[in-house]
Amino acid sequence: MRASQRFKFISLSITWAWFGIFVLAPIVLIGITSILTQNEISIVSTPLTIQSFYDTLTGGYAPIFLYSLLIAATTTLLCLLIGYPFAFIITRASNRFRPLMLMLLMIPFWVSSLIRAYAMVIMLKAQGLINIALIYLGIIYKPLHLLYTDFAVMSGLLYNLLPFMVLPLYANLAKLDHTLIEAAQDLGATRWQTFKGVILPHSIPGIISGVILVFLPAMTLFYIPEFLGGAKTLLIGNLIQHEFLVIGNWPKGAAASVILMLITLLLLIPYWKSQPKPTRAKS
Amino acid sequence: MHNPIIELKNITKAFGQHIALQELNLAVNNGEFLTILGPSGCGKTTLLRLMGGFEQPDSGHIFIDGYDITNLPPEERLVNTVFQSYALFPHMTIFNNVAFGLKCNGIDKNEIKERVEETLKIVSLEKYSERKPNELSGGQKQRVAIARAIVNRPRVLLLDEPLSALDYKLRKKMQIELKQLQRRLGLTFIFITHDQEEALSMSDRVVIMNDGKILQSGTPRDIYEEPNSLFAAEFIGEANVFDAIVTESTKQNTTLKVQNKTITFPEPKQFKAGEKVHLIVRPEDLRVWTEKEVKNTDDMLPGQVEQVIYKGSTVDLIVRLIDGPLISATEFFDEDDEDLFYENGEKVWIHWLPGWEVILPYEG
Ligand SMILES: Nc1ncnc2c1ncn2[C@@H]1O[C@H](COP(=O)(O)OP(=O)(O)OP(=O)(O)O)[C@@H](O)[C@H]1O
Ligand SMILES: [Mg+2]
Repeated sequence: MRASQRFKFISLSITWAWFGIFVLAPIVLIGITSILTQNEISIVSTPLTIQSFYDTLTGGYAPIFLYSLLIAATTTLLCLLIGYPFAFIITRASNRFRPLMLMLLMIPFWVSSLIRAYAMVIMLKAQGLINIALIYLGIIYKPLHLLYTDFAVMSGLLYNLLPFMVLPLYANLAKLDHTLIEAAQDLGATRWQTFKGVILPHSIPGIISGVILVFLPAMTLFYIPEFLGGAKTLLIGNLIQHEFLVIGNWPKGAAASVILMLITLLLLIPYWKSQPKPTRAKS
Repeated sequence: MHNPIIELKNITKAFGQHIALQELNLAVNNGEFLTILGPSGCGKTTLLRLMGGFEQPDSGHIFIDGYDITNLPPEERLVNTVFQSYALFPHMTIFNNVAFGLKCNGIDKNEIKERVEETLKIVSLEKYSERKPNELSGGQKQRVAIARAIVNRPRVLLLDEPLSALDYKLRKKMQIELKQLQRRLGLTFIFITHDQEEALSMSDRVVIMNDGKILQSGTPRDIYEEPNSLFAAEFIGEANVFDAIVTESTKQNTTLKVQNKTITFPEPKQFKAGEKVHLIVRPEDLRVWTEKEVKNTDDMLPGQVEQVIYKGSTVDLIVRLIDGPLISATEFFDEDDEDLFYENGEKVWIHWLPGWEVILPYEG
């Protein structure tokens, strides 16, 4: 009993320490920075002010927020449309192929995402693999303009984020009892009716998890728009990075981060609402 | 009643190397309560899944009302299944579970409401229509599964061990309810069970399966009293099996040498003289007499009581025949024999009314 108490205490302490140092402290620091004033010498200094928030919201940044939301939402939707059938097929694969398919999904992630972004550039550029292949096949005659477009940015985001959609969906759909599908068919349901009536309602929690895991990074993965979108596509992540590292206006970068966090929290509300209420066990 | 509603012809189904069903033929009559009984792994579920359309046979054909439906998908077959695990849709209310099939078939809202309510009434669940499946007991879930199937007015209802998850008392109750329901609706039920008592008490006809084949099919009484194989005899109820040799066999009688006695039985089947046979007698058909109760022991087999098991309304005796096998006999307390008292080790004589035995050709 004593030993297990001590184990509980130690493991909880470690968790909380980790959480405090790596999650809570940075958020608090960002929060503080956002209400300080920019300073050439010490980076930030006192008088406390909300000027940075004001600047961020009015200084032409609102369209960038909206544009980021739009790109992130489109990417998320595409991930969902591609990832859902993908996850479903994995669950229906035979025991022999399932690990293989999951592995194929994961293998690219053993390579740094930076390198993968460069790889995308090589694929998409004017003299890139895609254009060369299309010209070789006689489908087009002059190279398509692929790189530095929204299409390129979304492809990059899609490529990087698809597994974060597939994995929670897979985890969810794997738990779907196959006899439920047979029961629906037995009752006369077409494929679409089976999907709508049985499979989709079951997978709502998986969809929500996947959407959150894709949508949030899609707004902030700054290096992908940078590599694939060129200077044209500025997303909220680029903006924050730019304020901190190029312009050196830390309070403004911090303010943009805080606003992003608030938007995120807003988006998480439906997720929390969808979770079953935990009933507190009496100890 | 010579128009089978569902008919299987020469059905063979293999999973890889394993042959689950072999050249199987079965015809089920309209309105019949048919039970399929057999040991685990003999192919019962496979047979039902073929009828439901969830598996395709490797060869053979399935007919409903004379139409070949072998290649029809499940959603187009006029049969419904009650799954062993119930397979209720967890996120739907009971009402919506029952309404699902009707909705899929494009029935209009008012009629759906009417029929669902009517069906929930039949299974006495009208008060539960707004609950979710996980808020019901096992027996209630089971009834929802049945309601969900019968609301579609299928031609045939397939039930795969629908009662096996219930406790003994509830199972007994549901057996009666199911049987009444089937009579009232005039539906054809094809019912799978492991439980021989269930099979005998509920069915119009019992089909005994083993190793992917149908061994025997007949009324519960036929199956019990006239098993056509050692397997059927031993699978249904208890059976005492003696090895015997035919000494003489005519159109009416067969004389057997059994346990060093020669006894003549009325038996329409003819055997060859010298042939080895099995002689089968049910425990409850055996009479056990103590030495002083009998005078003429010509038709009786001698034995010694090994164990006496008191069971309330009956006494079960385990008797070791002299130079022979252990047999079991069930003696009832009744007016003829109020004083059922046997001692371990007591010498007894075993007897049964000629004609109550079954004689079967010897099986390896
Ligand atoms: N999908 C499948 N793949 C491979 N083998 C299968 C499959 N389904 C059934 N079998 C095999 O076919 C045989 C018959 O199975 P089936 O489920 O019909 O048995 P059952 O009579 O219903 O048994 P139980 O009483 O245990 O439910 C078994 O040996 C089983 O292992
Ligand atoms: Mg089975």
